[in-house]
Amino acid sequence: MDFEYSDDQRMLADSVARLLSDRYTFDARRLYLKEGSGWSAALWEQYAELGLLGVPFAEAHGGFGGGAVDVMMVMEAFGRSLVLEPFLASVVLGGAALRHGGTAAQQAELLPRVIDGSLKLAFAHGERQARYDLSDVLTTAARDGAGWVLEGAKSVVFHGDCADRLVVSARTAGDRCDAGGITLFLVDAAAAGVARRGYALHDGMRAAEISLSGVRVGADAVLGPVDGGLALVERITEAGIAAMAAEMVGAMEAMHAMTLDYAKTRQQFGKPIGSNQVVQHRLAEMLVELEQARSMAMLAAMTLDEPDDAERARAISMVKLAVGQAARFVSQNAVQLHGGIGMTEEYAVGHYFRRAMVFEHSFGDSAHHLQRIAATVR
Amino acid sequence: MDLRFTDAEAAFREEVRAFIRDRLPADTRERLRLGHAPRKEDTVAWQRILNAKGWAAYSWPKEHGGPGWSAVQRMIFLEENLLAPAPELLSFNITMIGPVLIQFGTPAQKARFLARAANLDDWWCQGFSEPGAGSDLASLKTSAKREGDEYVVNGQKIWTSTAHNADWIFALVRTNPQAAKRQEGISFLLIDMKTPGITVRPIISIDGSHHLNEVFFDDVRVPVEQRVGEENRGWDVAKFLLGNERTGIARLGKSRERVDFAKQIARETRAGGRALIEDEGFRQRVARLETEIKALELTQLRVVSAGGKRADGKPDPFSSILKIKGTELQQAATELVMDAAGPLAMPAWARELAALGGEPPPNEPVPGPDWAARAAVPYLFLRAASIYGGSNEIQKNILTKAVLGL
Ligand SMILES: Cc1cc2nc3c(=O)[nH]c(=O)nc-3n(C[C@H](O)[C@H](O)[C@H](O)COP(=O)(O)OP(=O)(O)OC[C@H]3O[C@@H](n4cnc5c(N)ncnc54)[C@H](O)[C@@H]3O)c2cc1C
Repeated sequence: MDFEYSDDQRMLADSVARLLSDRYTFDARRLYLKEGSGWSAALWEQYAELGLLGVPFAEAHGGFGGGAVDVMMVMEAFGRSLVLEPFLASVVLGGAALRHGGTAAQQAELLPRVIDGSLKLAFAHGERQARYDLSDVLTTAARDGAGWVLEGAKSVVFHGDCADRLVVSARTAGDRCDAGGITLFLVDAAAAGVARRGYALHDGMRAAEISLSGVRVGADAVLGPVDGGLALVERITEAGIAAMAAEMVGAMEAMHAMTLDYAKTRQQFGKPIGSNQVVQHRLAEMLVELEQARSMAMLAAMTLDEPDDAERARAISMVKLAVGQAARFVSQNAVQLHGGIGMTEEYAVGHYFRRAMVFEHSFGDSAHHLQRIAATVR
Repeated sequence: MDLRFTDAEAAFREEVRAFIRDRLPADTRERLRLGHAPRKEDTVAWQRILNAKGWAAYSWPKEHGGPGWSAVQRMIFLEENLLAPAPELLSFNITMIGPVLIQFGTPAQKARFLARAANLDDWWCQGFSEPGAGSDLASLKTSAKREGDEYVVNGQKIWTSTAHNADWIFALVRTNPQAAKRQEGISFLLIDMKTPGITVRPIISIDGSHHLNEVFFDDVRVPVEQRVGEENRGWDVAKFLLGNERTGIARLGKSRERVDFAKQIARETRAGGRALIEDEGFRQRVARLETEIKALELTQLRVVSAGGKRADGKPDPFSSILKIKGTELQQAATELVMDAAGPLAMPAWARELAALGGEPPPNEPVPGPDWAARAAVPYLFLRAASIYGGSNEIQKNILTKAVLGL
C-alpha cells in the first residue's frame, strides 16, 4: 500500500492548482459560461501548454505518460474550480476509446492532436430510450461497400456540440439490448448527415443531441472489434466514472470549505451559526462523507487497469454509488447550511450543488450501480 | 377512535374534486403537471374562480367571506387542489395578510383590503427577512421614523418571494431602536409597492427561475393608518402570522402528486430491459415514500383535528413536525421524479426551449420528451423548502424547547 504521490505528480497538481487559482475564480467562470461555446478557449490552450491534455497518453504520442492517478489529480483540481472545458469528453472519454480500442494508425493520427488541443473528441453512446443500459443501442451501422452507413440518434453527449470527432456506438448485429453486435466508429462531426443540437445541462456544462442520417464512413473508422464494442464502451464508461468521482471529491472539498467558512462567519442570534452543535455535527458528517468519497476515488484510479473485467466492474460500481451518495449529502447540506444565499445563482455553492446533481445522473445513478453490486452478492 | 373520513367529509372531497376537474383550465393543469411553476396569470385566474365559488378565503371566518369549513375540510380542500395539480392560493393573501387583518386590522383596513386580497385584486408579498435577519428575524434593521402622520422607511428586505408581481408588501420595520428588548421596537406596516423610493431587484435562484427579490426602501413615506396593530407591537402580529393556519404546511398533496408523476414516467421508461415501474429498487423507493406520506397524513389529521392550537391558544409545536417531515417528503418526491427521468434530467431543456421561443430549428434534433423538460427543476427549487418558513434546524429547536423542555 502506498498512498503517497510521486514528485512528478505533486508538481503536476501544483501547476494545475496555480493556473486555476489565477484564472478560474468564480467570476471568471461566469464569464466563460457566457461565451458562445460555454467554456474558455483560452484556458483550453493553457491546458495544452501545461501538458494537461496529454496526461494519460504515452510519451511516444507526445503525452505526459501518466496514468489514472494523474488524471485523478487533475480532475480533483478541476472539480474544486468547476472547470467547464471539455477535458472529460475529449481526454478522458475520447482518450480511453483510443487507448483501449484504437489501432496504432488511429492513435498516431489522432492522439497528438488531442494532446495539443486542436482536435476534440466526444463519446456519443447514450440514447434517449437507453437510460443507463450500456447495451441498449438502436443506432445502426450497415455495411456499405468497404465502409459503413450510420443511422440513428444519440442523447446527452457531453460536449458533443463542440467536438470535432465523435466516438459513436452503433448496432452492427443483434437486437436492441443484446450485448453482442455493438461496434464503435470514429465519425467526423462535420460529415454529411450529422446534425447536432447543443445545450447547457443544469450545471452549465454543455452537451448535445446528435442525429445521424445516412452518415457514411470508411472501413478505417471502425474503433475496436466489429460486433464486440460493448467491452470497450464499458471501459470508456469506467474511465468516465473514475474521473468524475475525482472531480466530485474536489467539488465536495470546495463545498465543505465554503460551508465551514460560512458557518464561522454568518451571525444569527448574536453568534456564528457554527456555534450551534447541530451545525457542527452536520459539518462533521459532511467531512466523513467527503473522506469516504476520497478513498473511493482512489480505489477507482487504482482499479482502472485491473485486468479482471468482473472485479473491475464491481469496484467501479461501488465507487459510483459511494461517491454519489456522498455528493448528494454534502451538496444538499452545503445549500441547507447557507440558508437563502445557497439558493441563488449568484453564489458559488448552488453551482457545485448542480454539478453533483449531474454527476448522479452520469454513467448510471446510485440505484443502477447498487443493483449491479447487489447482483454480484454471493 | 375512527381514522376514516366521515361520509360527509368523503362527499365534501368528491365535491371539491369535481369542481376542480370541471373548472381548472386544462393548460394550467398540464403546465403544473410537467413541473412548471404557475404563471402569475394562472394563479390569478384560478384564485378568482375559487373566490367566485366562495372558496378562495378558505380559512377565514364566514363573516369575512370564508366558507366556514372545519379544519378537516380545509385540509381536504388544500390537498385536492395540490393533487389536481392546480395553482396554490397565494398564501401571502390567504393565510397571511387576511387572517392578520381579521385579527388586528382596523375596520377601515378590513374594508379596504380583505375582499381584494381574497379575489387577488391585490397581490401581496412578505417583507420580513433581511440580509442580517433570517432565522433571527428579530434582529431586523429596516427603520421607520415617525414624521407627523407618516412613517419614513429606509432599509432593505431580501428573499421577498414574488415582490416583482406584488401590488402591496407587508413589512416588519423597526420603529424604536432603543427598546429594551429587540422584539419590542418593531411595527407591522402595509406598503403600496408603487410608493416612490421602492426598488425591486431580482434574485435568480438555482433552478433558473425568478421568484426571489431584494426590496430596497429609500425614504419611503407610509401613512400611519397603514400600520397594523399598535406601534412597537408588530412582533405580536408577526408571531400570530407565522403561527396561524398550519394546515397546509406539509403540502402533502404536492408530495403525492409528484410521486404519481414519477410513477407515470416510470411506466413510460425502460430500465434493465423492462419498464422502470417493474424495477424492484424503484418500487421499494416508491413504497417507502408512500408509507411515509400515509403516516404524515394521519399525523396531520391529528394536529388538524386538535384545531392546530394548544389548549392555551399558542401554536401547536407539533406543527413543526408537519413542517420538518412535510418538506423532507416534498424533497424526496421531487428527487424521485428527477431520478425517474434518468439522464434526461440533466439537460436544462426548458431553458433551451424558452430561448428558442418554443420551436427548435427544423434541421436539429428535438429536445427531450415533455416529462423530462423540467424533471429536475422542482428538485432544485425545493431545496429551499427546508430553509424558508423557519428552517428545519429552527423547527427542531422549537421541538426541543417547546416539547422536550431541553
Ligand atoms: C425560496 C425562498 C423563499 C422565501 N420567501 C420569503 C418571503 O417571501 N419573505 C420573507 O420575508 N422571507 C422569505 N424567505 C427567507 C427565509 O425565511 C429565510 O431564508 C430563512 O428564515 C432563513 O434565513 P437565512 O436565509 O438568513 O439563513 P440563516 O438564518 O443565516 O441560516 C443559515 C443556516 O443556519 C441554520 N441556523 C440558523 N440559526 C440556527 C440555530 N440557532 N440553530 C441551528 N441552526 C441554525 C439554518 O437552519 C440554516 O441552515 C425565503 C427564502 C427562500 C429560500
